[in-house]
Amino acid sequence: MLINCPYCGPRDLSEFSYQGDGNRTRPDPASTDQAEWNAYVYDRTNIAGDHNEIWQHAGGCRAHLRLTRNTLTHKITSVSFARDERHKKPHGHRRSGAHS
Amino acid sequence: MSPRRSQTGGRVDRTRTIRFTFDGRPFTGHAGDTLASALLANGVTLFGRSFKYHRPRGVLTAGVDEPNALVTVLHGEVREPNIPATMLEIYDGLTVVSQNRFPTLAFDFGAANQLGGKLLGAGFYYKTFMGPVFGPLKGTRFWMFCEYFIRRAAGLGRAGIARDPARYERMNAFCDVLVVGSGPAGLVAAKATADNGARVILAELEPKFGGSANWSDETIDGMAAAEWASTMVRDLKARDNVRLLPRTTVWGYYDDNNMAALERVTDHKSAPGKGEPRHRHWSIWAGSVVLATGAFERPLVFPGNDRPGVMLASAAERYANEFGILPGQKVALFVNNDAAYRAASTLRKAGAEITAIVDARDEISAAAQEIAEGAGGELLRGHAVVATEGGKHVSGIKVQKFDLANGALSGEARHLDADCLLVSGGWSPVIHLASQAGLKPEWNETLQAFLPPKPTQNWVGAGAFNGRFTTAEALAEGVAAGLSAAGSIGRAEYAPEVEAPVLDPHPAPVFEIRAKGKAFVDLQHDVTADDVRLAYKEGFVSVEHLKRYTTLGMATDQGKTSNVPGIAIMADAQGRPISDVGTTRFRPPFAPVSLGALAAERYGEVKPERLTPMHDWHVENGATMYAAGLWHRPAIYGLAGETVEQAYVREAKTTREAAGIVDVSTLGKIAVQGPDAADFLDRVYTNMFSTLAVGKARYGLMLREDGIALDDGTTWRLGNDDFLMTTTTANAGKVMQHLEYLLDVVWPELKVQLTSVTDQWAGAAIAGPKAREILASCVTGTAVDNDTLPFMGIVHGEIAGAPVMICRLSFSGEMAFEVYSGAGHGVHVWEALIEAGKPYGMVCYGLEALGTMRIEKGHVTGAEIDGRTTARDLGLDWMLSKKKPFVGSMMMDREGLADVDRVRLVGVIALDNRPLNGGAHIVEDNEAAPRNSIGHITAVCYSPMLGKYIGLALVKGGKKRHGARAFVSDPLRNRFGPVEIVSNHFFDPEGKRMHG
Repeated sequence: MLINCPYCGPRDLSEFSYQGDGNRTRPDPASTDQAEWNAYVYDRTNIAGDHNEIWQHAGGCRAHLRLTRNTLTHKITSVSFARDERHKKPHGHRRSGAHS
Repeated sequence: MSPRRSQTGGRVDRTRTIRFTFDGRPFTGHAGDTLASALLANGVTLFGRSFKYHRPRGVLTAGVDEPNALVTVLHGEVREPNIPATMLEIYDGLTVVSQNRFPTLAFDFGAANQLGGKLLGAGFYYKTFMGPVFGPLKGTRFWMFCEYFIRRAAGLGRAGIARDPARYERMNAFCDVLVVGSGPAGLVAAKATADNGARVILAELEPKFGGSANWSDETIDGMAAAEWASTMVRDLKARDNVRLLPRTTVWGYYDDNNMAALERVTDHKSAPGKGEPRHRHWSIWAGSVVLATGAFERPLVFPGNDRPGVMLASAAERYANEFGILPGQKVALFVNNDAAYRAASTLRKAGAEITAIVDARDEISAAAQEIAEGAGGELLRGHAVVATEGGKHVSGIKVQKFDLANGALSGEARHLDADCLLVSGGWSPVIHLASQAGLKPEWNETLQAFLPPKPTQNWVGAGAFNGRFTTAEALAEGVAAGLSAAGSIGRAEYAPEVEAPVLDPHPAPVFEIRAKGKAFVDLQHDVTADDVRLAYKEGFVSVEHLKRYTTLGMATDQGKTSNVPGIAIMADAQGRPISDVGTTRFRPPFAPVSLGALAAERYGEVKPERLTPMHDWHVENGATMYAAGLWHRPAIYGLAGETVEQAYVREAKTTREAAGIVDVSTLGKIAVQGPDAADFLDRVYTNMFSTLAVGKARYGLMLREDGIALDDGTTWRLGNDDFLMTTTTANAGKVMQHLEYLLDVVWPELKVQLTSVTDQWAGAAIAGPKAREILASCVTGTAVDNDTLPFMGIVHGEIAGAPVMICRLSFSGEMAFEVYSGAGHGVHVWEALIEAGKPYGMVCYGLEALGTMRIEKGHVTGAEIDGRTTARDLGLDWMLSKKKPFVGSMMMDREGLADVDRVRLVGVIALDNRPLNGGAHIVEDNEAAPRNSIGHITAVCYSPMLGKYIGLALVKGGKKRHGARAFVSDPLRNRFGPVEIVSNHFFDPEGKRMHG
């Protein structure tokens, strides 16, 4: 499997490490909603099909990437920096830097 | 009459004689021979004994699909079992033995298994060895008792135990187009892609490129097909953009067109050339792939179809045309299609007598009829072979009238003379790779074959692989596939002409002749047609169940010749069409792959070694090194005659009485920098870091998101926005990844930069009542007194001219300092500290003494932060800030984690004054039986301060048990005895010593 790192280019799977389901959103740190935290830590969608995932290019630039990967065919249809995605959210501060 | 070599013809070089031995007997062959062809040329037809019934077996095929003729190759003590004789090229000195026979191939005791044939059907062992329901052999014990004998009697070749001295290699390759298979379709596909400027790799599993062109006896472009193939190969070889890989089996189709292939580099040589590996594993990244893998001829299933002398029609053609061998003198054929008639004319031309052509069909084409007449011999249409005669070799066959419509046999069985029976049951495209990179293969009724599925990856097929069985079709498809793979459209300039007899390859739908006797479907695993029906009767209706219950197709040949007949018989038993039954999915590898090639250079000790800057000094000064993860660290600096315990006790004791120094360079070090660094640390540590003053350090604890303890360490505030975090040695990578994830994915708005600086710093911890004096005597540029350098304070100075950073913190419980210098100055500073310590009697101490002192202090490390324990379990509640949320803060107090019955950190003292063991259980009763464990020991030592064997333990109830008596239970090491549970703070609980 190849992952097309937006920074390093297409690289072999062995350079990456899976960092979990990309669908979960961490609750507000001040949240005391136990159910919300429980969902964040434990609930996973386990999709058969296009799945939103976080991978780290651990053997390369170490950036975290958000992938859409089909769990049935391993076909990757989109790759972007996880950091950029978050910045597009209205309440996130925009950060100047290489990837924005 | 036995097989023999003809005077001329074939690829073998009759001027070069090669000597080899088979079962100790010397034989000769010629350059270009396989073991199968060389033995056949010597009149040998008995190659091995079968898997279960020990029936004599010969050669069925001439290629990679061979199920029968498996042999073991010996290289001195090294055995390589289950090599198909058809794939083994002979060389001088080749030593081969046959398999699964005792005492000899010709006379085999195991053949008695045939008498129990009815008994040994599918599932026999499962059913028979269930064992009684009570008694000493109850349940599976009976099976386990019998297994040894059964395993000896059944099976294929025996694996060796000697170390394989051969070298193996791995190789990555990249190309625009990978062409798999070099028959006519593959050759023209490679040419068409190469003509378009694409980088091409052409892989062929045989030693010679050309596939069927090497033996088809057809004419291509006015040349004999074999000559045409040679011309094509010369042309391809001369190009810079083409790489030819002979003897290379492409065995796996992985994601993104990554193909796995095995090149047998030197298996055909007496000795490898300079630098040559035995096998080379190729990982080929191909833009697109042309699958021109051809087709396998199928045998027919009838009683006695496994007797040596029974051979596929195409294999006989190969032996005759490619190797110049007649597989028999009086040859009979049993076929269900026209294409197989070509074998009759080929063998006739080569000098054999065709005694009969038995065709299951009533109607045959005029072309076939003409060949039959030319070949001579009887043409028996609407007939079937119902038995073979002879002992270890075919001496005749029995035929009966056969009704194609219902499979019924009628009339008297007639005997016909034959020393060789050629069979053909049609052709199965080699769709293994396609099925790894495609949807479900589909059954084609006209071709009576599974055709390649729709691709899910970037490949195109060509030729017999697509069910285009004639050479003319294969060439046209090959060119088109090549162009398409190269991304070109339009017509190819090259369109070779073929002259060949026009014979319809479509077989009649007949797979099995049901007559009395064992009719084999899977020859390698001895699965009969009756076994398939038995599986159905017993309820195994899915083709996947059939496979597992009967082991059909699960031998080393993976059912290359047996898959389709097996499915057809199953379909017939179920009364369903084959298309409904479907096929099993082909998985990699296509053919057996040596594990050596997969491992290549990566065997033995493959871990990298991490050495501290002072490593050589430790070794030179008597340290016994210990591998802690990837790091090598001094365990003890033993003196002559000292035991390990004596050494660490001396080191720890001297440190507590005077001073000691230890290398702490292995601690993970992460620079946490940026305007939001303090905020970030507040979020990831359970305690506050934003309140930490510049020039001070603080002990911190991190939790995982689920509330379990992750790691601990000190973090130093070097500047307002500049922190140096230390982690435990083992968790450095894990902590880094955890922090990076949080910054990159969860809080990208935080302006923080993380840098791993573990290798940039050398660290020495100097501890003991004299530590401050020693430092004062060698540090310049700063004072180290209590006012300048209070507990947890940080100062910068120089030692022997090298800049150092000193933090006063203590793991040992003594007055202690960690001295950090640039890694390049590590040894220099270390030696200066050693020199300065000499007048004070300072010792070097290793991991053992370090561990001893931390156990005496009750500090935790990885043994206690084991991924199951919480901060409260470890007695670190005091570090949990209530003023802010942090990673894990909401999850750490869940019901299960707050349970009072959880194991908590305590100390244990051995009351019998004997050493304790890490991992030993703590129990309440003094019994040898391990039960009712209330916890376990995590770390042990002999404490010089207490004069006792002590340990840390995680025990239910924790503090509540302080002062209670319990017992260690360690049945594995036979250690039982009383302990007292105490506080984990054994020594100086108030910390007076380190505060000085």
